[in-house]
Amino acid sequence: MNKDTLNIGGREFHSRFILGSGKYSLNLIEAAVKDAGAELITVAVRRANTKEQENILDYIPKNVTLLPNTSGARTAEEAARIARLGRELGCGDFVKIEIMRDSKYLLPDNAETIRATEILAKEGFIVLPYMYPDLYAARDLVGAGAAAVMPLASPIGSNKGLATREFIQILVDEIDLPIIVDAGIGRPSQACEAMEMGVDAIMANTALATAGDTPLMAAAFKQAIEAGRKAYLSGLGRVLGRGGDASDPLTGFLRD
Amino acid sequence: MVKINGKEENAAGKTLAAYLSEAGYDASRVAVERNESIVAKKDYGSTVLRDGDNIEIVRFVGGG
Repeated sequence: MNKDTLNIGGREFHSRFILGSGKYSLNLIEAAVKDAGAELITVAVRRANTKEQENILDYIPKNVTLLPNTSGARTAEEAARIARLGRELGCGDFVKIEIMRDSKYLLPDNAETIRATEILAKEGFIVLPYMYPDLYAARDLVGAGAAAVMPLASPIGSNKGLATREFIQILVDEIDLPIIVDAGIGRPSQACEAMEMGVDAIMANTALATAGDTPLMAAAFKQAIEAGRKAYLSGLGRVLGRGGDASDPLTGFLRD
Repeated sequence: MVKINGKEENAAGKTLAAYLSEAGYDASRVAVERNESIVAKKDYGSTVLRDGDNIEIVRFVGGG
């Protein structure tokens, strides 16, 4: 296989596993990053306090690119404000836009997300918008200057897998940007299935944070994502409409 | 009074750099917004907090 790299906003990545860092302890992050082989890791921006002296940046290897999210934003303007603060924290121009106005299902607001993408792309950010998989919204995100599109598989933190499978496939087929499945992937097999469909990368957080052994699950996801990628590149075998098709020669049987 | 991360504090007249240091923040690990505009790190020493200012001090935490 030739060098198979993921290009986002002019940056080249060898890993197709984007790791979330939420809901697990700081001292597991280093091991999870290593076992995931991740080169991109998401972080959130929150009010600082002086009680907690530990900082997440001390636990993330220096060669890993930070992808700050805009969680907590309810409008494009709030997302832009959080993105600018994230950039000021001095770790680059990547931002994952996350705008929600619903706290039960945590579904992204596509219209506000498109607006935020436009604002931030103009300011030079490398914008990765988290979105509900809708073809028109994805096209608008491309027009707004997104560097990738991040459709959800199922609600955030649900571990329910590829509930939006058919709609993600449409984005894979029609959108000429990296498609990164984000939210809802609960098992390595689901990550593998999405990669077999031709998505470019997988983002996972809760699947690891709620696993019995977070670094081991990170390693399992890494292998599943690599397997799915290879399967996609190799071209999946066909599915028969009905009946069977022998794998063994149909001659030379030990009978007359 | 100056509103800092949602709390009224008696910090008017101090520079941002002095406030951060006295309160125990690691200035290299935070970003600061004053009245919804970013304060660049190089300006912390020359930025004087004023009555009625709304200051947000943020950092990175784990997130998805």
